[in-house]
Amino acid sequence: MNIRRIKALAKKESIVVTRDTRSLGAAIFIPLLMIFMFGYALSLDVDRIPLLIVDQDKTPSSRELIQRLGDSRYFSIARYLDRTAEIEPALNRREALMALVVPSGYSSRVKEGVKSPIQAIFDGSDSNTASIASGYFQAVTNGLNMELQTGRLKKAGFKMADMPLEPRIRVWFNPELKSRNFIIPGLSAIIINIICSFLTSLLISRERETGTLEQLISTPITGGELLVGKLLPFIGVGLTVMILVAGAGILIFGVPFRGSYIDLFIATLLFLIGTLSWGLLISVIAKNQLQASQIAMLSVMLPSFLLSGFIYPIENMPIVLQAITYIVPARYFVEILKGLFLKGVGLSVLWPQYLALAVYAFLILNLARRKLGRRLL
Amino acid sequence: MKLFLNRLRVMLLKELVQAIRDPRLRILIVGPPLLQLIAFGYAANLDLRNIEIALYDEDRSPLSRELAFTFSSSGYFRFTTRITNPEEMTRLMNTGKVKAILHLGPDLSARVKSGRTALVQVIVGGTNSNTASLVQSYSLQIIERFNRARLKERLNRNPALKKVLPAGVSGIIQPEVRVWYNVGLLSRNYYVPAIIAMVIMTVVLMLTAMAVVREKEVGTMEQIMVTPIRPFEFILGKTIPFALIGIGQTTLITAVGVFWFGVPMRGHLLLLFASLLIYLLSSLALGLLISTVSRNQQQALVTTFFFFFPALLFSGFIFPIANMPEVIQYMTYLNPLRYFLVIIRGLFLKGAGLDVLWPQLAALLAIGLFVMTLAVRRVSKTLD
Repeated sequence: MNIRRIKALAKKESIVVTRDTRSLGAAIFIPLLMIFMFGYALSLDVDRIPLLIVDQDKTPSSRELIQRLGDSRYFSIARYLDRTAEIEPALNRREALMALVVPSGYSSRVKEGVKSPIQAIFDGSDSNTASIASGYFQAVTNGLNMELQTGRLKKAGFKMADMPLEPRIRVWFNPELKSRNFIIPGLSAIIINIICSFLTSLLISRERETGTLEQLISTPITGGELLVGKLLPFIGVGLTVMILVAGAGILIFGVPFRGSYIDLFIATLLFLIGTLSWGLLISVIAKNQLQASQIAMLSVMLPSFLLSGFIYPIENMPIVLQAITYIVPARYFVEILKGLFLKGVGLSVLWPQYLALAVYAFLILNLARRKLGRRLL
Repeated sequence: MKLFLNRLRVMLLKELVQAIRDPRLRILIVGPPLLQLIAFGYAANLDLRNIEIALYDEDRSPLSRELAFTFSSSGYFRFTTRITNPEEMTRLMNTGKVKAILHLGPDLSARVKSGRTALVQVIVGGTNSNTASLVQSYSLQIIERFNRARLKERLNRNPALKKVLPAGVSGIIQPEVRVWYNVGLLSRNYYVPAIIAMVIMTVVLMLTAMAVVREKEVGTMEQIMVTPIRPFEFILGKTIPFALIGIGQTTLITAVGVFWFGVPMRGHLLLLFASLLIYLLSSLALGLLISTVSRNQQQALVTTFFFFFPALLFSGFIFPIANMPEVIQYMTYLNPLRYFLVIIRGLFLKGAGLDVLWPQLAALLAIGLFVMTLAVRRVSKTLD
């Protein structure tokens, strides 16, 4: 390794990076854009579910039931319909995600205390929203049922505890259950992963396509030197992106950060080395830039989005896919970031994840060095 | 006319050969849809079963064991760890080994026996708010069921109670919950049709953008300019091969989705391909437009990303549009992906027809025509 050559190359690459304002702008702007989008606009929280009402009873007690639903923050009444036949076209047009039918005779049945059926229809297309919505719906009707039951018992002179067991649910790490709090840390990992591997995936294929690779070959530079020189500027870019993204998440969106910044720095550095080398490896293997970009897309974007546990829990996946997630570096980085941001645990608890990132970085870096070395000979 | 057809044929042939000859590119045409099918068919799953939880039973009574059994036999939860002291709770939750802890206090059975209310604590890790809210609602349901069983015992013992509560233990209000369109509540039925929209957006748009820019980059654009080919023909030659690729990919995804993943296809296939053509119009046009504003392939790629990310995230693909702030909800009306997703999910899951989907199709067509006009104008300017 010749430090002088590395320095020269790193300087040249830095100039290339800073001069291409669109790519650099994208590297900085896309992450910020995404953080703002997720922070302000994108949420998996299921609330204000638009609800259609068919009230065939039209009595105070049917209105009370409807108001209960409308008052809870989970539902919002979209429209009242006159006939049940109108439900289907309305759901087809996606005007609402569920419909409630209160049949006539509801109030008199409730008064007598006999079973009083009501009907709830859910648009199950989005299964997650539907199952959470039906959970909320049943919680509301359960509460109302309890009140009716104890009311009748009290009136008849029975004394009994409301319920033998009372559930107390405590949510740790994210008590308000804001999806933002887990999406933003995970997203930072994904953004860095995608941006960085894309930036480096075009490096060598571009040299090849424009013919400057031959010029490089004629210089005394070795594979290792080329690798380090090419990577250094991008480590700088990656760290800047991380600072911006984490900063925006913490300062603007109030995502808690409970861990240590040093742990965050170490994890980011390890992850950057691995992911940048992966991009470089792609650029060595690919024949041209188009190919490189497609390989990067397939090998980075999909796995990091879907197999990292960023949104979709890994435990839900089939065993084969679960096994594959172990070779997706984003998986470990997402776990570390969630630990640092939400749980306040770092290197001492998550050392296996740090170790995995280090091993990955070491392996890919070496592989890239060897491939590059062969190209240069 | 004959000349035109001839030139077009040559151009088409050249592009198709170029796309198919390269074995790596061939994989890239079939690879993304297949990978996305596997990923979204198997991995993108928010439904939860067998959630790993820990049991912290301080009571160790028949009642506490019965309650724990109700949890594990529900199918939602699986006890993987038993703990005996509170310190272990923190450790377990910090490492993320379990999603929740069921904590039964030492006085549980004593309180229930004496007719008082006993607290059942469920500690949930909120690192994934979606998982957490499902855990929450499942455990509420289980405890509610347990309470009902106790009430039933009381009713059986005391016939006078039955008169007061003629509806019995299941409660007075009887909600009948019906799920339409996706009866089994399977995530894959929601995601697999949407892959068509996403693959077209990524592969077709990117291929179109890069193909034109590549001519510029390697300098063959000048060669094309000196040929008698007209801008219109150039555009057709550069778009039709990718449109064909898109149609092929859609066929592949639909076939695998229906026959392998068992996703219902309730609408008309003809309508599916008709709407695909309209959607392709805007994807191809956007690709061309991006190629005109990019100098090299890297720029084209980055610009594609600029467009693609927001388009995907603000389409309702994963994140429901209804959850977005109102201003943004209005902005999504400009997003072609939004309309195509409604169309394609409507077709697959709801069996919706032209009578329901025409507003979406009209909007998609309007966007496509507008962007195509813009793109054609810009491309013509470069070629002249």
